[in-house]
Amino acid sequence: MSFDIENYFTEQPNGNTILYYKGNIDSDVINQVLDSVEEMLLNKNEQSRLRKKVYNVMVESLQNLYHHVDLVPDGFEDQSAEKYGIVAVKRVESGYKIMTGNFIRNSSVEKLQEKIRRINRSSHAEIKELYKFILNHQRISAKGGGGLGLVDIARKTGNKLDYSFREYDDKYSFFFLNILVNEEI
Amino acid sequence: MEPIIIEGTPKTPTVRFDASEGVFEIKGRSIPENSVEFYKPLVDWLDNYKEAPLNKTVVDIRLEYFNTSSSKCILDVFKKLEAIHKAKNEVEVNWYYEEDDEDMLEAGEDYESIIRVPFKMIEIID
Repeated sequence: MSFDIENYFTEQPNGNTILYYKGNIDSDVINQVLDSVEEMLLNKNEQSRLRKKVYNVMVESLQNLYHHVDLVPDGFEDQSAEKYGIVAVKRVESGYKIMTGNFIRNSSVEKLQEKIRRINRSSHAEIKELYKFILNHQRISAKGGGGLGLVDIARKTGNKLDYSFREYDDKYSFFFLNILVNEEI
Repeated sequence: MEPIIIEGTPKTPTVRFDASEGVFEIKGRSIPENSVEFYKPLVDWLDNYKEAPLNKTVVDIRLEYFNTSSSKCILDVFKKLEAIHKAKNEVEVNWYYEEDDEDMLEAGEDYESIIRVPFKMIEIID
């Protein structure tokens, strides 16, 4: 392996990891992760605005994995997972961090990168317009995604999408997405 | 017309489309992975309903959460309502959102700006 995927998640400083999952992302896993995050947010008595935003971001990021991840590379430790992904949720001082990771074919990196860059250079008002435009003009893809997940995450958090790609081998990269949901001050 | 009555689940909303009772309602959570599968029967039902609608159709939307995949399907539902409205029938959408849930209010306003049907934004206060 050219780098340690898990280290990326465990080495991130600041904050308590309240959820960590790696493996196949199927519908049951999504349900369980959502249930446990929701319960945890309630137990911590988080403000409802924060709870809803975290929950919404969790739904979109898990379903992004579900709809879009590429197959795992040959030789990767977990061959049983058809849709391999990593998800971590952390409580940080300013709110919650939701981190996801998944394999992506090197040939698809540029397209995704361009999409994120477009979102990140847009103002909040432009993101809102972009959301409405995609909502109104784009059909649901064969994969089942609406193409709105990342736009929605950027809109609801009001933050830039923090991301990176790391080359895994000549065919695959690993895509990391690091989402911050701020607590209202 | 046979009504559509679907009980809600943690991932799909409660739906009541009953022309005989004059009740049109979608409430709860709409976060399924495959939203087209869930919404297609509703859109088809409205397609039939628009042939002989009530004089006034009032649709209550009370969603706690919905995912982006549902957002397109909900737009399809509203497009059917728009067609009913365009055919000179009264149509009104009541869009409920919880106190302080600005995201849900904004989502309603998005639809209001796309769909030519009167919307009422109603804040739910506990």
